[in-house]
Amino acid sequence: MGLSMSPGRISALLAAGLLILGFLPFIKLGLVVNGLILGSVIALGAIGLTLVYGILKLGNFAHGDYMAFGAYVAFFIVDGVLPRVGIEGAGLGPFTFGFPVLIALPLAALVVALGAIALDALIYRRLRDRAASTAILMMASLGVAIAIRGLVQLIWSGETQHYPRESRQVYHLPMDVRIPPDGLFVAVLAIILVAGVYALLTHTKMGKAMRATSDNPTLALVSGINTKQVVWWTWGIGGALAAVAGVLLAVVQAQLLPIMGWKFLIPLFAAVILGGIGNPYGALIGALVVGVSMELSTQWINPSYKPAVAFAIMIGVLLARPRGIFGDAP
Amino acid sequence: MALLEASGVVAGYGETEVLHGVSIKVNAGEVVTIIGPNGCGKSTLMKAMVGLVRVRTGSVHFRGVDISGHDPEQTVRSGLCYVPQTENVFPSMTIRENLEMGAFVRRDDYQFRIDEMLELFPDLRRSARLKAGTLSGGQRQMLAIARALMLDPVLLLLDEPSAGLAPALVEGVFERIRDINSTGVSILLIEQNARESLRMSDRGYVLAGGANQLQDTGPALLDNPEVGRVYLGG
Repeated sequence: MGLSMSPGRISALLAAGLLILGFLPFIKLGLVVNGLILGSVIALGAIGLTLVYGILKLGNFAHGDYMAFGAYVAFFIVDGVLPRVGIEGAGLGPFTFGFPVLIALPLAALVVALGAIALDALIYRRLRDRAASTAILMMASLGVAIAIRGLVQLIWSGETQHYPRESRQVYHLPMDVRIPPDGLFVAVLAIILVAGVYALLTHTKMGKAMRATSDNPTLALVSGINTKQVVWWTWGIGGALAAVAGVLLAVVQAQLLPIMGWKFLIPLFAAVILGGIGNPYGALIGALVVGVSMELSTQWINPSYKPAVAFAIMIGVLLARPRGIFGDAP
Repeated sequence: MALLEASGVVAGYGETEVLHGVSIKVNAGEVVTIIGPNGCGKSTLMKAMVGLVRVRTGSVHFRGVDISGHDPEQTVRSGLCYVPQTENVFPSMTIRENLEMGAFVRRDDYQFRIDEMLELFPDLRRSARLKAGTLSGGQRQMLAIARALMLDPVLLLLDEPSAGLAPALVEGVFERIRDINSTGVSILLIEQNARESLRMSDRGYVLAGGANQLQDTGPALLDNPEVGRVYLGG
């Protein structure tokens, strides 16, 4: 879980940078902006996914569905709870969504965080106590993913839903760049949360204990680190970030669908693998690269192939640098 | 009363039983060495003492309390700290962060203890901001020991602290161990460099096949012709 720069890596990054610069005259800057917004949403999901993998050695197939569940919990609060106490509205300032979404966001994060911790106690901890293999843990998470999606469909139906919204003007910038205010909100919130996670991991005792457990779980145990608490925090942070990512995705896409999280799983894993599995800083960079690549691809190929672009990145990285761009070469 | 007393410890992994009733003890202030062939259960014994491996039958008493069945966190809190043979640092964390993790259960301001450790291991002070994964084998071993000392342990368990080090560095490690012992910390160590290790030990044990074979004072084991032939290379 580190970010060290060897001369080889720096030159590789420089080469990649030059390649991008070379393509610059041929690409639409507006798509890059869209990609960075999408990348911010991916980053929030990917950081949680990579933390869970690093600390629990669990490739959580349910992470996308934690996102979707968070989006729907927020929908329930905005649509079903807040109107009863007279809080309604859309089109807050320059944004399409209203004040209720801002209230629902932290509540949904809390619900999913607690849900993720409860699911660990219910399922994953028991499997770990029996020394279950990584494959079994992953299969269990696949089951959780299907169950959550089923639950969402059961409660909120498979129909498209959306948060109450009002149309808003997009910001026009030079070079034909258009930024929707919602996108700006998404990017700024993502930056704040990522900075928060960074501060937590590098400056708090629990954050350092999380990194230590990810580095070497046995040594963490014999150092007296309370690994149970570390596991709770990991799920709590991962779940909360996933919920926020889900709400933001619903805002950006202007709709909620039960399948939205599952479909987002490939970009999440692509970002995590690109950044080196278990490395949260790498996941951030990976997420931005995947987001921009997905959006840029629409200039040349049908937008419905966007997930395929993420998949291609994932396969490419696995073939060329299985430890990710910041990992050691194989 | 002995500081640490393991009696009749039976332990192992899964179906395999590695220790078939091992008994050893460490008195306050002593340096005690365990030697024996590879696979005789030396490391397993240490893991059983700190709670990483379950003690099936037998007991481990530390300061008069039976700690068999305690989890590692409880063991560490009671003043028994352990340095594994390999993978004994947190590679992506800095030297300072490694020491902070060693102090995880401390509730006081342990900054002075970090300073003491950097004093004791000057090699580490020069590079306190470096990641542990970038250190040399010798520095890494020093950091591993320093991490375990962060809690002011009463007894330190060292699993082959000189393993994999260049001969010139081995002497340095043993010197540090003597320094640490002179501050009142009792030490139990497993060593392949049996001669150097027994020389500075008050007592020693020879394990073979998961059972006690011999026990005596350090000098007596050094002079024992059988030990000399089998473990000290003639």
